[in-house]
Amino acid sequence: MTVSRFPECRRNITMSREQQKRTEPMGRDSGAAVTDSGTKRSDILLVERKYFTFAEPPHEMVLDSGARLGPITLAYETLGELNGDRSNAILILHAFSGDSHVAGYLRENDQRPGWWDNMVGPGKPVDTDRYFVICSNILGSCMGSTGPSSINPGTGRPYGLDFPMVTIRDMVRAQKHLIDHLGISRIMCLIGGSVGGMQVLRWCTEYPEMVVSAIPLATTTRHSAQAIAFNEVARQAIMADPDWKGGDYYDGPGPRHGLAVARMIGHVTYLSDEAMREKFGRRLQSRRTLSYDFGGDFQVESYLRHQGEKFVERFDANSVLYITKAADYFDLEAGNGSSLINEALARVSFLVISFSSDWLYPTYQARNLVSVLKKNGSDVSFCEIEAPWGHDAFLLPNPHLDDLISGFLDRIYREQCQR
Amino acid sequence: MNKADKQIPRMRFDLQVIASWIEPGSRVLDLGCGNGDLLLYLKEHKQVRGTGIELAEDKVIRCIERGLTVLQGDFRQEVRDYPEGRFDVVILSQTLQQVLDPRELLIELLRIGGRVIVSFPNFSHWLARLQLLFTGQAPVTNQLPYEWYNSPNVRVITIKDFKRFLRTIGVRLVREVAINTHHHDLEGNVIHRFTNLRATYGIMMLEKAS
Repeated sequence: MTVSRFPECRRNITMSREQQKRTEPMGRDSGAAVTDSGTKRSDILLVERKYFTFAEPPHEMVLDSGARLGPITLAYETLGELNGDRSNAILILHAFSGDSHVAGYLRENDQRPGWWDNMVGPGKPVDTDRYFVICSNILGSCMGSTGPSSINPGTGRPYGLDFPMVTIRDMVRAQKHLIDHLGISRIMCLIGGSVGGMQVLRWCTEYPEMVVSAIPLATTTRHSAQAIAFNEVARQAIMADPDWKGGDYYDGPGPRHGLAVARMIGHVTYLSDEAMREKFGRRLQSRRTLSYDFGGDFQVESYLRHQGEKFVERFDANSVLYITKAADYFDLEAGNGSSLINEALARVSFLVISFSSDWLYPTYQARNLVSVLKKNGSDVSFCEIEAPWGHDAFLLPNPHLDDLISGFLDRIYREQCQR
Repeated sequence: MNKADKQIPRMRFDLQVIASWIEPGSRVLDLGCGNGDLLLYLKEHKQVRGTGIELAEDKVIRCIERGLTVLQGDFRQEVRDYPEGRFDVVILSQTLQQVLDPRELLIELLRIGGRVIVSFPNFSHWLARLQLLFTGQAPVTNQLPYEWYNSPNVRVITIKDFKRFLRTIGVRLVREVAINTHHHDLEGNVIHRFTNLRATYGIMMLEKAS
């Protein structure tokens, strides 16, 4: 298998999880906090990033826009082992700026584990001793999968804006190729938050016969005007940067300022009034008095600047344009009623979770989803977790979230995989 | 009730009676399901496909941890989304007395379920009657433990009144039992005579009049 696990890793991973819970709850970029320096590096869960390439010309994938794209490469990682009847596969769909590195470490000397290491691993709620976990980087991203920063085989240069517009459905269709390649015909559970949750729902509408159960977290069935508005501001920040150069910036510095501002806007929507009040208040950053200039007085300014700068180092500005647009186009209610009204989905079990202070995808949107699933006759559970951290809450360690996910998966596994 | 049903551990006595009425394999909706004791019993012993609705987050999490299907929310709102005949049985245990519009609710429940089982505290139990008669104060009993100013029980129901109510709204009483409970309602016995005077709870199975 792709996972090499060292002796006693289970005990040590559990230890590091407890350590993580005591650490900073705002680590969105890592998704999980840094492990304690005392953790022995030889005991860590090592994972390998793999690549799958398909849609080689002339068999390019036809996208929602009508454009053809190929070849397509998806970066992916797997944890755990596929069981004999191939019934224990869990597909984790990452959010907007995530990657395939969901848990464990890629290299022994890595400082941080994957973005959902508190949730996924041996003995954790998504227990890799029991389930076979797959996570792939989305189409249009820049973390190993084909996106606007990839080389266009037609020109030998990065695609830039020649990259075709991709939708959430295109991302899911690409993932379907990977799942077929892995020889899996039924997915025990799809799990994803935010843009990952949109992919969960798209999987359900596109390939319902392949889905046993689904956990959409902190997500929506259609991107709201407010969410589109913030995305548009983020895109304009990037495109207004003179170094963006119409998307053809790969031989220059790129739109560093624009991208940082776009990320700062994103982080505002991931937090909440309460989270900001508690975390920063009006406290000043490294000073006792107001500066009377624009260098940045407040901790909240410093936090956003730091998040922006960090993001510039790891993410491609054009990918932000493409992925935000894909999210904005996402609408399961378009056309004649909801695409979730589907007889094949009546056999799928759902666990819908929202967070009380999430104003990007507020609870009413999760309730709309639940309402449609009820009308469809699907088996659906729903819980709104009380949490002050805003949209970010879905990535932060939370015992309630752990209990919900492990309990639901355990039931699905016992009902569907142990017959 | 058969012996097996009497062995249900630590489940409220009215729920034990209700469980004994459920046909194996049926589709059940439990409104205000709490920690899911009844649904879990029905799932394990009667292969029931159950759904619960519960307001409290911690109870919802407990239910889902136990492998149950549960929706967090106010059941008065939540029942509206279900299509007609979605369930074989809808259970409303010890909640009807807290509902502002019981008539509309029962009609809604009979739309989404073939049958509805309700249990409610019997306000005309002799202890309540005596308290009112001799002390001149609103009764406070084990089953109705509240003062007038903090009681969630906005509807005062007696077994006799409820049956009269069913006739006026044209709902058929399929089955009924009156019970007398003790030990925090965990144990009890079925009352056969003078039920409106002696029973602490009434349990009834209803269906639409054909």
